[in-house]
Amino acid sequence: MSNPFQVQVAERTASTAAIRLEAKDVSIFYGDKEAVKKVGVSFRSNTVNALIGPSGCGKTTFLRAINRMHDLTPGARVTGQLMLDGINLYGSDVDPVDVRRRIGMVFQKPNPFPTMSIYDNVAAGLKLAGETNKSKLDGVVEKSLRGAALWEEVKDRLKAPGASLSGGQQQRLCIARALSVDPEILLMDEPTSALDPQSTARIEDLMESLKEQVTIVIVTHNMQQASRVSDTTSFFLLGDLIEHSPTAQMFTNPKDQRTEAYISGKFG
Amino acid sequence: MTTDVKRPRSMTSAADTTFKNIIISLASLVLVAVFLYGVVLIAGGFPAFAREGFGFIFGLDWNPGTEKFQALPFIAGSFLTGFGALIIAVPLSVAAALFIVEYAPKWLAVPVGYMIEMLAAIPSVVYGLWGIFVLIPAVRSFQSWLVGVTGLDWTPTGIGLMSAILVLAVMVIPYVCAIARDVIQLVPNDQREAAYALGATKWEVIRYGILPYARAGILGGVILGLGRAIGETLAVTMVIGNASEIAKNLFSSTATMSSLIASQFGEAGGVQLNALIALGFLLLVFSVIVNLIARVVITKLTPVGTRL
Repeated sequence: MSNPFQVQVAERTASTAAIRLEAKDVSIFYGDKEAVKKVGVSFRSNTVNALIGPSGCGKTTFLRAINRMHDLTPGARVTGQLMLDGINLYGSDVDPVDVRRRIGMVFQKPNPFPTMSIYDNVAAGLKLAGETNKSKLDGVVEKSLRGAALWEEVKDRLKAPGASLSGGQQQRLCIARALSVDPEILLMDEPTSALDPQSTARIEDLMESLKEQVTIVIVTHNMQQASRVSDTTSFFLLGDLIEHSPTAQMFTNPKDQRTEAYISGKFG
Repeated sequence: MTTDVKRPRSMTSAADTTFKNIIISLASLVLVAVFLYGVVLIAGGFPAFAREGFGFIFGLDWNPGTEKFQALPFIAGSFLTGFGALIIAVPLSVAAALFIVEYAPKWLAVPVGYMIEMLAAIPSVVYGLWGIFVLIPAVRSFQSWLVGVTGLDWTPTGIGLMSAILVLAVMVIPYVCAIARDVIQLVPNDQREAAYALGATKWEVIRYGILPYARAGILGGVILGLGRAIGETLAVTMVIGNASEIAKNLFSSTATMSSLIASQFGEAGGVQLNALIALGFLLLVFSVIVNLIARVVITKLTPVGTRL
């Protein structure tokens, strides 16, 4: 199978601030239920994009469609187009395995592989991709751990089990693991909801530096977090994308009154 | 409606004390039973131990006619059949468990799982009969074919070590498979998603996300299966040939500790009876050792942070 991604890699760095990810008329169904309705939105390179909205509004569903995680949910179906650098991720010649290598994901609860060391956790993605060169692996592991602001804390115990770290460290380990395969997009599904305020602050700081390498799409329940970390915010309600605006504008001068009602805490 | 239930404090605690005492005595009864069990086996087996010394465990000569009682052939038989059965049963069981949990649609997973569990409910004499009427002829034809190809001077009988291993393998599968299925089901979904999100294929998710997480539990099932295989008596006795000698090859007649006890106990007297009881004691000791090793290995394999 030809890999439509390969062509794009060279052009990748040239087109910063270009549109990286674009959804056109994306609807997501669970069986007959339409959980996300004809969403159209685009995210630019090297930005942090927050998805907010009350529980059940479809924001996590939309996020999981981006790296084709929904292929794994029985009965889930996606229509419309999701374009990464102009390639439809749901195109018939696209392998979901390739999509997930391009689009990393960090989950709500830290989920390091508990039988693997810190080192092996970070190296896992590369080993899956077939990399066996030890010095290459060493280099990427260090770079990824530095990228996730964890290197200084773990550099002397890379052989320790990944699960022996604290919750906040485990989440940064998961970020390092996602970074190791050099993804273009990093999806974060409420990455700090299981963490204490201090660990949350560290990860929020981290996002600022991460966007130099990747485009981030983050689902968050916490509107303060959205306003602190993101460049754009998308507000979902009952499966509809109500508003997508620059974050500063969304939180000071929302266009839609439902957005205003939500961010001022009238519901949700 | 009465809001004030008059229940004297003292009465409640008296009932608690009584209940606690009953529970403690019942629990102690189990310990006493195990203790007496050991005492009876040691006392009954002592004359044989005294007569043969270490030769009882390391000697090859078991002959009631000359009153030599050395049990190595049967110790070897038990471990050969037990581990042989595991070599066949474990890959099949883990594969079946993975199929049930990870691949099969629900309408297929439930009946398949149920049928595998059913294997555990079949009485061992039925396995023995199946061994005699199905396995032994099959093994015999295989042996004949082997003799034809290699020119070995075997008499193909079908009875012996291989048939015992095969019958035990089938008997052990439901235990290993049921436990493997349960622990694979218990692997948190976020482990699967973590692997998928890194671009893993289904096989890689199983290889890196599921099996490492479940390995301690699967091994627990394997040990349980080994215990079952070493302890199984009737079905083995029916197909193994009950020869008091160490197996010379994969197809020769031999015996296990339990099959020897079953086949000789009826007509045994004197020192032979002592020797069989001593063999029973050895069987107990081996079970304890296997379980202790299992505990250590399982603790070592259980991933940090997932220990209950």
